[in-house]
Amino acid sequence: MLEISNISKIFKNNKKDLAALQKTNLLINDHEIISLVGQSGCGKSTLLRIIGGLEKASTGFIKLNNKIIKKPSSNIGMVFQDPRLMPWLNVYDNIKLSILNENKKEQKVKISKTLQKVGLENCEQLWPRELSGGMAQRVAIARALVREPKVLLLDEPFSALDSFTKTNLHQHVKELWVSLKLTIIMVTHDINEATSMSDRVLIIKKTKPREIENSQIINMSYPRSEFKNIKYNQLIKKRILNS
Amino acid sequence: MNIFFKINNNKLYKLLKSLYNLFKAKFSQPLIGIILPVIILLIWYFLAVTETIRNSLLPTPNEVLKEILILANADTLFSHIQITLTRVFYGFIGGGIAATILGILTGVSPFIRKLFDPTIQALKAVPSLAWVPLFILWFGIFENSKVALISVGVFFPVYLNLMMGIRQIDKRMIEVANINNLNLFQTIRWILLPGIIPEWITGLRSGLALGWMFVIAAELMGASEGLGYLMIDGQMTGRPALIIGALILFAIIGKLTDELIYLSAKPFLKWKESLDTMQVGANNA
Ligand SMILES: Nc1ncnc2c1ncn2[C@@H]1O[C@H](COP(=O)(O)OP(=O)(O)O)[C@@H](O)[C@H]1O
Ligand SMILES: [Mg+2]
Repeated sequence: MLEISNISKIFKNNKKDLAALQKTNLLINDHEIISLVGQSGCGKSTLLRIIGGLEKASTGFIKLNNKIIKKPSSNIGMVFQDPRLMPWLNVYDNIKLSILNENKKEQKVKISKTLQKVGLENCEQLWPRELSGGMAQRVAIARALVREPKVLLLDEPFSALDSFTKTNLHQHVKELWVSLKLTIIMVTHDINEATSMSDRVLIIKKTKPREIENSQIINMSYPRSEFKNIKYNQLIKKRILNS
Repeated sequence: MNIFFKINNNKLYKLLKSLYNLFKAKFSQPLIGIILPVIILLIWYFLAVTETIRNSLLPTPNEVLKEILILANADTLFSHIQITLTRVFYGFIGGGIAATILGILTGVSPFIRKLFDPTIQALKAVPSLAWVPLFILWFGIFENSKVALISVGVFFPVYLNLMMGIRQIDKRMIEVANINNLNLFQTIRWILLPGIIPEWITGLRSGLALGWMFVIAAELMGASEGLGYLMIDGQMTGRPALIIGALILFAIIGKLTDELIYLSAKPFLKWKESLDTMQVGANNA
């Protein structure tokens, strides 16, 4: 269980305060996929970074299985919009970065197992410059998964990919979600992606009057159909535009 | 010219094609680099032998070679080269170390940067030769003042490249270190150091090139030994062959020392190898 409780984030830019998040609340069950949507600049990445422990919240707290998160931990993996691979490390060493403290033998086993999971066996020795966009993003996912996290945070991980690669990777992430029993929180600006991939969608509103919660959860029932997804798309679009 | 008439077109075509394939093969880079010097040599040979330019101004390549061989036989050539190399070496080490330390400090700490950088930038604007009188006053007319001058030349490129390299380290990469709980040592070992090595090497290479420029300046101004001294000697005694010979030696040795840095840095630059092999041909000697 991941608990997002009363999270606000105020950025102080030369005296002018900017509220990126206002009183955001959400309970996320284990093995759920949640999408975060909203207009650009509404605070999606900020929320994800707070959950990942990269940023401190101004108020509120995040709890994972009843423990407050203060800094990054191996329980939570994060994949950014760009793959962020070190160009001077090959694929193997890039993934190794997240398990540096384990011994060589364990590293070897875990890395080859993870590369297999993301469909990149035999790519260990490649340099980042030799990878396609989709492959690089898979390596980034592998780097997050090799620590065996419970929660995977994805910040627009597919937005830079062509539509074919994108569909492919959607499928792949869904499979990983099933096989690894992950909880996934995913930022996206593609509403189709949000409705088709996730259990629930959290809309973060752009305008943030003081003291008023600025997010809204959309529950979506199962079983889904194409028709139902289209209905949800329309609903979500309307809510985002009204925000 | 006769030769070309004897070869029919077909043979000529085959010859050109095999030459072309040779260039495309593994050693194409060094071979292509040799083309221009060979052409220059041929033009030079032509101009000198036909006396298009008077021999007292432009000696033939043979004469230059002879001059170098005479010096080499008398064993003085080696000691001239050695003394010049020694000066460049100490200047390079001195300027390189100072620049590396200051470059790291100003790159890492905004406070130290604000404290030092304006002064260093101002000093950079001082023309190199303007240091000479001061250094001679401070360090005497012998080795120390020359080494100090060369250090100044080496210092700035190394300092600037390293500082910029550190400042341009991608904050997003540091975030990857944070999300994976890397400690300070691990962050330096896996992210900071490999990230700045290319800039540092670039700085060292341009620093060395400037070191070679400054050693000539130092030796032209007053020396009794060294390649720069040979040039002055050639000028005083009216021996253009000696001047040109020393010039060629400068080019060759400068190129070799640059290649030495490049080769020792190569293992650290493997990840951008394709980029760097392109640069080899473009090196300045
Ligand atoms: N480190 C920061 N300092 C100041 N303002 C920031 C910082 N990070 C984000 N912001 C601001 O907070 C708001 C939300 O940003 P972000 O979470 O990145 O939005 P998005 O929903 O597009 O991911 C934006 O207005 C952005 O300018
Ligand atoms: Mg964002």
